[in-house]
Amino acid sequence: MTGPAHIFDKPNRYIGKPEPRADAARLLQGRGTYVDDQKLPRMVHAAFVRSPHAHATILSINAEEARAATGVVAVYSGEDLAKHVTPYVGTLTHLAGLRSMPQHPLAVGVARWQGEPVVMIVATSRALAEDACELVYVDYAELPAAVDSETALDTGAPIIHSELGSNLAWERDVVVGDIDAAFAAPDVHVVERQFRFGRHTGVTLETRGTVCDYDPSEDQLTVYYSGQAPHMMQVIFSKHLDLPEENIRVISNDVGGSFGIKIHTYGDEIATAAAAKLLKRPVKFIADRFESFLTDIHARDHIVRAKMGVTEAGKIVGIDFDDLTGIGPFSMYPRTSAIECNQVLNLTGAPYVMENYRAKGRVVFQNKTLMCQYRAVGHPIAMAIADGLLEDAARKIGMDPVALREINLMADDSYPRTSATGMKLDDLSHKRALRKLTDLMNYDGLRARQTLARKKGIYRGIGFVSMVEVTNPSPMFYGIGGAPIASQDGATVRLDAGGALHVSSSITEQGQGTNAILAQIAAGVFGVDLNRVKVTTGDTATTPYGGGTWASRGAGIGGEAMLQAAQALKDQVLEVAGVMLQTGVETLDIQSGAVTDIDGSVRLTLADLARTVYYRGNELPNDLNPELIATRHYRVTDFPFVFTNGAMAAHVEVDIETGFVKVLHFWAVEDCGRVINPLLVDEQIRGGVVQGIGGALYEECHYSPDGQFLNATMADYMVPMASEMPEITIAHIETPTKTSILGAKGAGEAGTGGAPAAILNAVNDALSPLGASIWQMPMTPERILASLNQADCN
Amino acid sequence: MSRYIDISLRVNGEDVRATVPSRLNLVDFLREELSLTGSHVGCEHGVCGACTLTVNGDTVRGCLMLAAQADGKEITTIEGLAENGQSAQLQAAFTKHNALQCGFCTPGMLASALGYLNTGGSADRDAIRQHISGNYCRCTGYQSIVNAICDVIEETSI
Ligand code: FES
Ligand code: FES
Repeated sequence: MTGPAHIFDKPNRYIGKPEPRADAARLLQGRGTYVDDQKLPRMVHAAFVRSPHAHATILSINAEEARAATGVVAVYSGEDLAKHVTPYVGTLTHLAGLRSMPQHPLAVGVARWQGEPVVMIVATSRALAEDACELVYVDYAELPAAVDSETALDTGAPIIHSELGSNLAWERDVVVGDIDAAFAAPDVHVVERQFRFGRHTGVTLETRGTVCDYDPSEDQLTVYYSGQAPHMMQVIFSKHLDLPEENIRVISNDVGGSFGIKIHTYGDEIATAAAAKLLKRPVKFIADRFESFLTDIHARDHIVRAKMGVTEAGKIVGIDFDDLTGIGPFSMYPRTSAIECNQVLNLTGAPYVMENYRAKGRVVFQNKTLMCQYRAVGHPIAMAIADGLLEDAARKIGMDPVALREINLMADDSYPRTSATGMKLDDLSHKRALRKLTDLMNYDGLRARQTLARKKGIYRGIGFVSMVEVTNPSPMFYGIGGAPIASQDGATVRLDAGGALHVSSSITEQGQGTNAILAQIAAGVFGVDLNRVKVTTGDTATTPYGGGTWASRGAGIGGEAMLQAAQALKDQVLEVAGVMLQTGVETLDIQSGAVTDIDGSVRLTLADLARTVYYRGNELPNDLNPELIATRHYRVTDFPFVFTNGAMAAHVEVDIETGFVKVLHFWAVEDCGRVINPLLVDEQIRGGVVQGIGGALYEECHYSPDGQFLNATMADYMVPMASEMPEITIAHIETPTKTSILGAKGAGEAGTGGAPAAILNAVNDALSPLGASIWQMPMTPERILASLNQADCN
Repeated sequence: MSRYIDISLRVNGEDVRATVPSRLNLVDFLREELSLTGSHVGCEHGVCGACTLTVNGDTVRGCLMLAAQADGKEITTIEGLAENGQSAQLQAAFTKHNALQCGFCTPGMLASALGYLNTGGSADRDAIRQHISGNYCRCTGYQSIVNAICDVIEETSI
C-alpha cells in the first residue's frame, strides 16, 4: 500500500484545496430537490390540530364535521394512531438514571406543550386539510403548567408525569479534587456569577417536513426525509410502525438547513408515515413556520450558578457550578435531552489545567417545547461559564485576559493528557491558536484604540474564548447507551467503464459541502480529475451503512472511510494494471485518469483498463479476478471523541444610551486538524459564528407564565441579518488527529460553541468602566440597560 | 366574488393561462401549479425573503402577492434567469465564494442581489448588507454573499 505522505503530496491531490462545490450550480439554478418539491402520484397532504394549551387533559374530540369536509381523506386522533404506532421513550442506558415517559405521535389523553399534535387531518391539499382542522372541536380541561425550570422541582409544582413523582429527568455530579479547600486557600480570589442562557431554536430556512409513500404490494415504506441521519430513521420507522427494516428506504435529497433540528423523532412526521401505511398512498407533511417554532426542538435553556478560584498570580485552582436545564415534557427520542447538560458537565474549563472541579447538573421537565441537541450541544454554555468567569477573575486580579489564559491553557506539548473531568485529549494547540489570534487581530493596537475611544465616551470591548469542540464521536456517544445510531461510516468507490469514479457514502449533505469533500478525497487519493467523480449520499438503499452528518463527524469519519476505500480501489486497479502491463505494481501510479509510471508517464488510461475488464475479460489471465469496486468502513477507536480547539475574539461597541451592541469584528483561529477544503471550512466556521452571535444577542423563545410561546413568528423571533453581522476573519492551525490517516477533525460547530462566550466577554469588557456586567443571553438592549441601571444604583 | 379566478400571465418567457383559487398566493401557484419549485417558502408572511422573485422587473415577495394579482404580469423565477449577463455572473461569483450552503435562501437571495445590481447599487459592503437584510440566510453568515455581490459589481464596472 502506498503510504499516507503520497496521498497528500501527489501532484493532482485535491485535499487541502479551496475547490468550489460542484453541486452549487444545481442549487443556484433552482434545480435542487427539497422535500416540499417532491410530488408523487395520488399524494395527499397532512395538517395537524395542535394543543393550544401548555398542559391540558383532552376530554373529547369531535371531528365529525372535519371528516365530512371537502377533500378530507382521513382523520386520526392520538388513540387511533396509538393502535398502529408503538410509543417511544427517550432514555439511554449510559446516562444512568435518566427518566422519561412513553411518547405517542399524537397526544393521548393529555397534551403537555402548546403545539403538541392532537389530531391529524389528511386531505387532497394542504389548504383543505387546514380548513378541516378548523372544524375539529377538542374539549380540553386545562391543567396547571410547570413552565419555569427554576420552580419545576419545588414541592407543590405541577407534576408533568405523575408516574415519575417529580419533574426531575436526570441528575449527575462530578467531583474532582477538593474545591472547597482550594477556594479557601489564602491567596485565592473567587468570582461567582449566575448565568442565564435563554431558549432558542434552529429556524432552518426550510421547515421540517416529510413525504412518506407506502406500497402494500411489497410492504415497502419510502420516506423522503429532510434530515441528517437516514439510517437512524430507518430503524425508528421499522421499530415503531412494525415494518421490516429492509423494507424501509429513507431518502434525503437536498436539505434546507438542519443544525441538529432535523435529527430527532417528531410525532407529526411519524404520524405522516403511519397515515401513508394506513391509506396505502403517499402523504406529505410540511410544517409551516408557526408549527416549526412550536415543535422543532429548542436549545439551551440553562440557569447556571458558577464560581472560579484564581490565585493572586493568576493560576486557576478550580471551577464549581450548578447547571439547571429545562427540557420540555419529554426527553427527546432517541438521542435524549440529557446530552446537552452532560456536555456542560464534561467540557467546562477543558482547555485549562486545573485540579479541582465540582459540577452538578439537573435536567427538569417543563410544559414547553422539547429541548434537545442543536448545533454545538452544550458547548456555548460550557465555554461561557469557564471563559466568562476567567475574564471576570482577570478583572478582579487586574491581569490581562490573554495573559491569564497563557498561564492556564494546557501546553501544546503536553498531550496526550486528560482534562479535569477525565476527557482524553490529544493533538491540540491552544497556546499557538491564542498567539496566532492576538497577532491576527493586532491585539495591542486594538487595546490602544479602545482606550482612546473610551476617552471620547465610546464603549468598546474585546472578548476572547479559548475552546474545545467535541468532534468525530466514537460508539461511546450513543451506541453504547443502546441508541440505533451508527458511529461508523462506510464509503464505496467504483470505477465505471468510462474511467470515472462513482462514490457513495453514509454521511449526508445539508449544505456543508459533504459531497464536495468526498469527491476531493476520492479523486485525489485514487487519481482522477475531480470532475470525473460522481457522489451519492442520503439514501439508505444505495449507500453503505452509517451514522450520517452530525456532531461534526462527517469529514473526520466519513472522509476517512472514503480515503481508505479510494486507496483500496487504487491497490486493486494497480494489481490489474500490473498484470496487463506485465510490470510490478510498485512501479505504477494512477494520475489524472491513467495508470502511469511513478514519474507520471501514461501507460494505460483507466477507461482502457476498465473496458478490458468489463468487456474483454478474455484478454486477462483466468486466475485474475478484477474487483473494480471497494468499500471501507471507519470508526474512531481509542478515544471517545476527537477534540478540536480554537481561539476566538470579538470586538464590540455598546451604545450605553440604547443598550444596543454592535459587533465590529470577529476573529477565529481554528485547529480542526487537516483541512480538506479551506473554502468550505471557513464558511462553516463563519456560519457557525453567526449562529453563536444569534444566541448571544438576539434569539430567544419567550414564554408567558402559563406556557404560551409568545414570539413564534419570524417577525417576532430575531435571527441575525446581514446588516447586523460583522466581517469574520478566519485562520487555521493544522494539527492532524493521529486517529486517522486523513487527520481531519470536525469544524461545523466551533463557531456556534465559541462565539457566545467571546461576545459575552467583549460586552462585559465594554461595560466594565461603568461598573456594570451582564450574565444573561441573549444580551438584549433592555437587559444591558438594566445592568447599567443596576451599576448606577450600586 | 367567485372563489376561482382566470388569469393569464407570462412566466419565464412563456404564456400561461390558469384558473386559480382566489386565495392562492403567487409562490404556491408557481410551485404547485407550474412545478417551478426553485422559488422557496420559508415563512409565508413576507419576512424571510426565500420566495423573492421578479414581477415586471420589480423584486417582489411571492408569498405576499396573490396569483390573481399576477394577471397580465411578467414573472421571472430562478428557473428563468438569463444564461448570460449579470445573473450568470452572480451565479459564478456565488460558486466561487461558496455564498450558499443548503441553498434554500439562494433563489431569493439572487433575486434580491439582481434587484440591487439593476438599480445601480455600489460595491459598498454596508449598502449591500443593508439591501439583503430582507433575506434570511441561516447557513452562511452573509459575508460570502456580500463578497460575491461585490465581485460582480467590481467586474462590471471595469
Ligand atoms: S416565504 Fe415569502 S418572505 Fe418568507
Ligand atoms: S444557504 Fe442555507 S439558508 Fe442560506
